Amino acid sequence: MFSMKALKGWAAAAAVAVSAATGGQALAEDTIKVGILHSLSGTMAISETTLKDVMLMLIDEQNKKGGLLGKKLEPVVVDPASNWPLFAEKARELLEKDKVAAVFGCWTSVSRKSVLPVFEELNGLLFYPVQYEGEESSRNVFYTGAAPNQQAIPAVDYLLSDDGGGAKRIALLGTDYVYPRTTNKILRAYLNSKGISDADIFENYTPFGQSDWQTIVSQVKEFASQGKPTAVVSTINGDANVPFYKELANQGVSAKDLPVVAFSVGEEELAGIDTKPLVGHLAAWNYFMSVDTPENKAFIDEWHKFIKSDKRVTNDPMEAHYIGFNMWAQAVEQAGTTDVDAVRQAMYGQKVKNLTGGVAVMNTNHHLSKPVLIGEIQADGQFDVVWKTDGVVKGDAWSDFLPESAKLTADWTYPWVCGNCEKPKYPVLQ
Amino acid sequence: MRLTSPRGGVPRHGRRFLVILAVLFFQAALLLTAHPSRADEFSDGLPALAKGSYDDKIAAASALVATGDDRAGDVVKAFSAGNLYVRKSDGAIFVGRDGAPSGQALLTDPVSGQDLGAVSESDYEKIRVNNKVRRALDELAGGLALLGKDPAKRKAAAAGLFGTSDASQAGRLTTALEKEKDKGVAAAMRRSLASINIGDPDPAKRLAAVKELANSPDQQVRALLLSRLVETNGKPAEPDEEVRTLIDSTLSHINLTLQLWNIVGSLYQGLSLGAVLLLAAIGLAVTFGVMGVINMAHGEMIMLGAYSTFVVQQVIAAHAPWLFQWSLAIALPTAFLVSAIVGIVIERGIIRFLYGRPLETLLATWGVSLVLQQAVRSLFGPSNRAVVTPDFMQGAIETSVGITLTYNRLYIIAFAVVVLAALFMVLQRTPLGLQMRAVTQNRRMAAAMGIPTARVDAFTFGLGSGIAGLAGVALSQIDNVSPNLGQGYIVDSFMVVVFGGVGNLWGTVAGALSLGIVNKLLEPFAGAVLGKILVLVAIILFIQKRPRGLFALKGRSVEA
Repeated sequence: MFSMKALKGWAAAAAVAVSAATGGQALAEDTIKVGILHSLSGTMAISETTLKDVMLMLIDEQNKKGGLLGKKLEPVVVDPASNWPLFAEKARELLEKDKVAAVFGCWTSVSRKSVLPVFEELNGLLFYPVQYEGEESSRNVFYTGAAPNQQAIPAVDYLLSDDGGGAKRIALLGTDYVYPRTTNKILRAYLNSKGISDADIFENYTPFGQSDWQTIVSQVKEFASQGKPTAVVSTINGDANVPFYKELANQGVSAKDLPVVAFSVGEEELAGIDTKPLVGHLAAWNYFMSVDTPENKAFIDEWHKFIKSDKRVTNDPMEAHYIGFNMWAQAVEQAGTTDVDAVRQAMYGQKVKNLTGGVAVMNTNHHLSKPVLIGEIQADGQFDVVWKTDGVVKGDAWSDFLPESAKLTADWTYPWVCGNCEKPKYPVLQ
Repeated sequence: MRLTSPRGGVPRHGRRFLVILAVLFFQAALLLTAHPSRADEFSDGLPALAKGSYDDKIAAASALVATGDDRAGDVVKAFSAGNLYVRKSDGAIFVGRDGAPSGQALLTDPVSGQDLGAVSESDYEKIRVNNKVRRALDELAGGLALLGKDPAKRKAAAAGLFGTSDASQAGRLTTALEKEKDKGVAAAMRRSLASINIGDPDPAKRLAAVKELANSPDQQVRALLLSRLVETNGKPAEPDEEVRTLIDSTLSHINLTLQLWNIVGSLYQGLSLGAVLLLAAIGLAVTFGVMGVINMAHGEMIMLGAYSTFVVQQVIAAHAPWLFQWSLAIALPTAFLVSAIVGIVIERGIIRFLYGRPLETLLATWGVSLVLQQAVRSLFGPSNRAVVTPDFMQGAIETSVGITLTYNRLYIIAFAVVVLAALFMVLQRTPLGLQMRAVTQNRRMAAAMGIPTARVDAFTFGLGSGIAGLAGVALSQIDNVSPNLGQGYIVDSFMVVVFGGVGNLWGTVAGALSLGIVNKLLEPFAGAVLGKILVLVAIILFIQKRPRGLFALKGRSVEA
């Protein structure tokens, strides 16, 4: 009885405190701050700078429509400089000092893992726009990029299919860090379940920024000349891709004989390569710039106008930010506040039109339902879609193909309220 | 009880009869109505290219080729290149050309050959192809090209038919082989014919095919032979025992040859990696090796050289496109000057105040490297810049034994040799080189002899930086041109110079080549990551034993 009373008292006090705090904030500030946490210098600047720009564009657009809740949005840009510990510091700065309502940021998984404790400690909200290895679901992160079942698994399905060349041997090439290793672990389990034995799988890892691909391309050619149709699945990241594709082209590996499907190569990465010898190699994403829809055309036009160059390309993580930001804006309007707990509840079931057609939905495991597309590289550096899923695919935080994670569930609504549980946290009422 | 009967109700042999009847009737109708001006089989077959699944498109294309119409070749080639369009209004097919302005397409009517000129792309739709379609189309085009005029093209067409699944190509190859006079082309045709015959129902033909294939023991043949041994449901693809034994013995012969050549291949790859390391390190051998300056901004000098190449290509493309094949030759002096001038500015502005204080020099030049990186990032943007590889540097010498010697790597090996020779000439045969050696060996004595030591320092640093710029031109051909380009080479460069022996150019050469070759021999077994670690550990152990590297300088100058 006593404890019940005390609990109620605490709850009331907390409610008063929260309303006082938010009320005070509203008086003190007439803008809503949005944090942008992308590297503008260092190795990852190549990919992340564009995402900072697209966020500024989206915020600018929203402000032209009158902002949110009658207030203007104010972007707060910080530069974590491709330095993982600095990501955590900058995230803390955004949440504690600038008191941003939400943060859009990170690219590499290691940077996300670095900021995760900060967001959980301070109850912040992070929108993570990049395809990743899964095996994670945090209450404070919305994953707007693809989980493995929204990219890697459909891509392998395509390679094994008749249209994709009916591959019987698969080479898994990757950069040596958490994303390729986890993805390849899932893929190996998946391939085994499809009847491809370990003898027909070649796995190889290279350091970041690998520039000499002679040996590995020769090894793959050797692997491919064993009498069965072969394909390469590449989780090679960042800068190492350009020399890899150049070596492929120079050694005469054509996509007709040995297709390479990549998970980290998009329009932006191809901008640095002469793509004529690469025609036919593949990439799997949820978005391609070449997809012809009115929404995509409007987005590309807007981007060209904002960045003041019609040469700049758009890519998948940009669409992820587009979806994530619009969902957040809708959730804030619906909740009538930027309070993190209220916005999180409002996020579930939020819908935004994909740029490639169809509607993306935010699920209670903090992952999106999106369509999966497979594109072939064209001579102009764009992708031509050769295959797509019938509808949307629901992002799966925990892979069904790894025995230890197949039994885990991520669901942040009652009765689960958990990111990695085998059974619900609260009793299920019938 | 229900009787099982074929779908459609008509018995199977009855259906076949109907089909034959229809074909006969159709052919008769064609004979009767054949007239040049009216729509023919060719133009009737065209619209099917845009319809249905990928398999339907392949079937439509082979039907088109089967008409024997001369115009089919161009359509198939354009189709394969993704240059075939369908008009949205009426489904008519058009052949596109490259070079159309954006939003437009340059189209030709394949039936009449009439040129439509530039038309708005939105009224037309590109017909999609994927790898499977492209492979089938290229084989079709190859079959048509077998009787062409150019022997090189005939040979390429014959080679392209190797291992084709389209058995109808065997007839074309046999006809072409009878007419073929060129020996090389005939050999390629026999090889591709054998690759088709290996799936023939007649065991004697299969045996002959394996014997023919044994003449060219390479990876392609091995792949094909192995595919004949693949078992499905416990039965190998090749049913005949005798043929299988021959395949086995041929395979063991091929494997032995390939293994031997693999070692040669690894050595070549090591040589080419060594050449890249040498190019990256040779500038450092001057600034660090000869002058003793720990220059952490050395990598950024390489990066500046690569960006100079990019700028030169942009300028040439905009103002003098006919010079494009020479862009790299023009980029060389430009890159040298840009990097050398930046180097001299760094030396005069910072390093000269820090001589004899290695720790401060290290920190200061590291700061400079960050400044240069960010400057380039602000100026050119963070994304990679595309440096075009001139045609003569693309492709490779394909040997039949599975080794590919890529042209860009061959050129880089040659370039490294030239740069090395030029540097030796400068150091040994020019007054500047003499003064450089004098200043580095005994600064005070050289000053007493009237050598302007400060100016020589600046020029030496400029020379080292300029050479790094030259390396940048070469590296722009194999690596990313991004602000981070230099970072990837700085550690390797120091490793080469320290391992080879500080202050000795020959040591740098030996260091670069041995590191390159050891790396490449280890990589196939240990993998790229572990290989690198092993090399690093080996170098640390080696330096423990011989702190002055492979070729230590001896005598008084060492202490100076």
